[in-house]
Amino acid sequence: MPTFVYMTRCDGCGECVDICPSDIMHIDKKLRRAYNIEPNMCWECYSCVKACPHQAIDVRGYADFAPLGHSVRVIRDEEKGTIAWRIKFRNGKKDMELLAPITTKPWGSATPDLAKVPAPSKEMRDSQLLFNEPKYIRMDDGGLHTLQSNGLEIKEGVQY
Amino acid sequence: MNYSTIIEDNIDILVVGAGLGGTGAAFEARYWGQNKKIVIAEKANIMRSGAVAQGLYAINCYMGTRFGENNPEDHVRYARIDLMGMVREDLLFDMARHVDSAVHNFEEWGLPIMRDQKKGSFLREGRWQIMIHGESYKPIVAEAAKKSADKVFNRICVTHLLMDESKENRVAGAVGFNVRTGNYHVFKSKTVICGAGGASNIFKPRSVGEGAGRVWYAPWSSGSAYGLMIEAGAKMTQMENRIVLARFKDGYGPVGAYFLHLKTYTQNGYGEEYESKWFPALQQMVGKEYLDPEVSHRTHRPIPTCLRNHAIINEVNAGRGPIHMVTMEAFQDPHLEEIGWHNFLGMTVGQAVLWAATDVDPKYENPELTTSEPYVMGSHATGCGAWCSGPEDISPKEYFWGYNRMTTIEGLFGAGDAVGGTPHAFSSGSFTEGRLAAKAACKYIDDGKAEGIRVSEAQINRRKEQIYKPLETYHVFSNEVVAGSVNPNFINPRQGLDRLQKMMDEYCGGFGVNYMTNDKLLNIGLKKMSILGEDLEKVAASDIHELLRAWELKHRFLTSESVFHHTLFRKETRWPGYYYRGDVMKLDDKNWHVLTVSRRDPKTGEYTMEKAPLYHLVGDVEKAAPVDHH
Repeated sequence: MPTFVYMTRCDGCGECVDICPSDIMHIDKKLRRAYNIEPNMCWECYSCVKACPHQAIDVRGYADFAPLGHSVRVIRDEEKGTIAWRIKFRNGKKDMELLAPITTKPWGSATPDLAKVPAPSKEMRDSQLLFNEPKYIRMDDGGLHTLQSNGLEIKEGVQY
Repeated sequence: MNYSTIIEDNIDILVVGAGLGGTGAAFEARYWGQNKKIVIAEKANIMRSGAVAQGLYAINCYMGTRFGENNPEDHVRYARIDLMGMVREDLLFDMARHVDSAVHNFEEWGLPIMRDQKKGSFLREGRWQIMIHGESYKPIVAEAAKKSADKVFNRICVTHLLMDESKENRVAGAVGFNVRTGNYHVFKSKTVICGAGGASNIFKPRSVGEGAGRVWYAPWSSGSAYGLMIEAGAKMTQMENRIVLARFKDGYGPVGAYFLHLKTYTQNGYGEEYESKWFPALQQMVGKEYLDPEVSHRTHRPIPTCLRNHAIINEVNAGRGPIHMVTMEAFQDPHLEEIGWHNFLGMTVGQAVLWAATDVDPKYENPELTTSEPYVMGSHATGCGAWCSGPEDISPKEYFWGYNRMTTIEGLFGAGDAVGGTPHAFSSGSFTEGRLAAKAACKYIDDGKAEGIRVSEAQINRRKEQIYKPLETYHVFSNEVVAGSVNPNFINPRQGLDRLQKMMDEYCGGFGVNYMTNDKLLNIGLKKMSILGEDLEKVAASDIHELLRAWELKHRFLTSESVFHHTLFRKETRWPGYYYRGDVMKLDDKNWHVLTVSRRDPKTGEYTMEKAPLYHLVGDVEKAAPVDHH
């Protein structure tokens, strides 16, 4: 459902331009506000809608199959760690509010800096293990699965 | 064209395309190469790029080894039967034995994964799927990649790989342009991990006009992983294995949670079960080894995705459409109803928009399903991609040449859709493949394999000229006509894309011909493709944004050409429901229980095709499946 931008709400800040995965949110040079330059390359992914600090961007269902008169609005809040949706049907009979968490940690706080963790030993380099393994696969119960440990062979030919 | 050349030199690991595969690569590379220079080049913004940009409501590949749920070989068997036998079991086993650790890392970084309150394990949607609140899946994972990388170049459309001039068939980096400034970017690197994604929009989509962006896989998935690697001469595998999806009509909303968790099911337009009646004839086509409903019922072995499509396609053709998803029962439960809606909002908002627009309340109405146009990718229920080396402790000799996930070009690695033969990796498996590739790439450098790489000015300048040629073409010829998009000297990227999609649809088995093709059609298609290839030398771009579309189109073209060659080569109908070879309407294990491998000669553009042996894991007994699955 291609996005569009409300004239009176957009201040041309460019957050949508910065985030759009399809490179279709551009700033109109005369009006100095954002707009969707290529609706038929829009995936209605809502990345720009979520990123807009003024709720200036909305979505109107694709003209080739979606009738007018519906609304799906969203507010994503990294500080609260939530996303809030409101869905309104064309006939007005359904009006839903849905809330979901987007993270369990303060934003960006829990990703490790692998340049600073102890360097892998030669033994680990020569093994098949990745960072944090095998602990992160099996707790402390055993190592990485191999063909041998699992009683397997790899054999050529027609097998089912 | 007066654009600056910006050179980033002395890179150890260059990640091209940072979706889930690329972010996994960048993240892990820092651990094995703490002093190495790691750089990401991404055509969008890594916080919302790749197939997971919008979010996901499930992680579809998780073994649960920690909770005693599955072993890697169980997943290999599942992928094997789903793909009618055609998978790389060494790569699959390797991915499956590592994938849980990726998921446990995600949880630690803040990804909300739902828990089974009774068991304490992750909440299962199906045997392999766990449920998440994944609206921010991509930004969470991107934060980790960002922390590992020395530099992230957003908005760089990578167009070509650079090749070493001191040693043949060795990679030396990549080049592209900035889609904002237009500047030319050169990345000189010892290794490249290609995670540039699979291909949507190469077959004509069912949607028309404004809705053409409403494709199942993201419209920005331009097949660039394939385009880059094919152009450089990397061998590809299973490129004929396009996928067709049975999804909610028009919105292409996902059905996994509906089938598995909400226990909804399908019926024809007249309220009847339709699937089983197509199975006897289908069994004649593919053999009892691949389709045996009784065995499937008894052992919970899944019926392959393509064969379920086959039943839908045939039922609709028999005049008893549309196929409906029966939601009216499940949606009476308010909790399940909420999950049904959250599922869309978490990964395909457009389906929610569509139901709101058309007043479809699945509580009171069973929504329509349809089969999509085909897609070429390698991480869902299909395994297109590069022919890559497997890990040394698993792979047989034909599958092993030194470094895990390395393509047939030295120093060029793949992750996610880029790697062939590894279906059912999904988001977590793609991230895992990136990690595996990163470790191997570090080892490749430490082993001294990247010494003495030389890239001449001539190569850099030649690519620059090529990259901006569409702007030049526009500049030279656009004023020959008064106005408008019709010009005898060039086509624009949209016109080229329309032509490609029409050709793929009509000659290579798109939805418009009910997924049917044959040797005659494919040969005609190939001839037309070569002429389109000539015309793409004259594609014109009026600005930098259109230049991006021009290069996406060229990558889609190379992907499509490969699909044509592979489809022609495999003389059987291996995946009824994905596509049919009308001239050979049977599965043929005697001649075609093999993987198809191609190479396009970068100098001549000529294709050579070969068969590679299939290896399977044998030797143990399948555990009883704990959860029912489709």
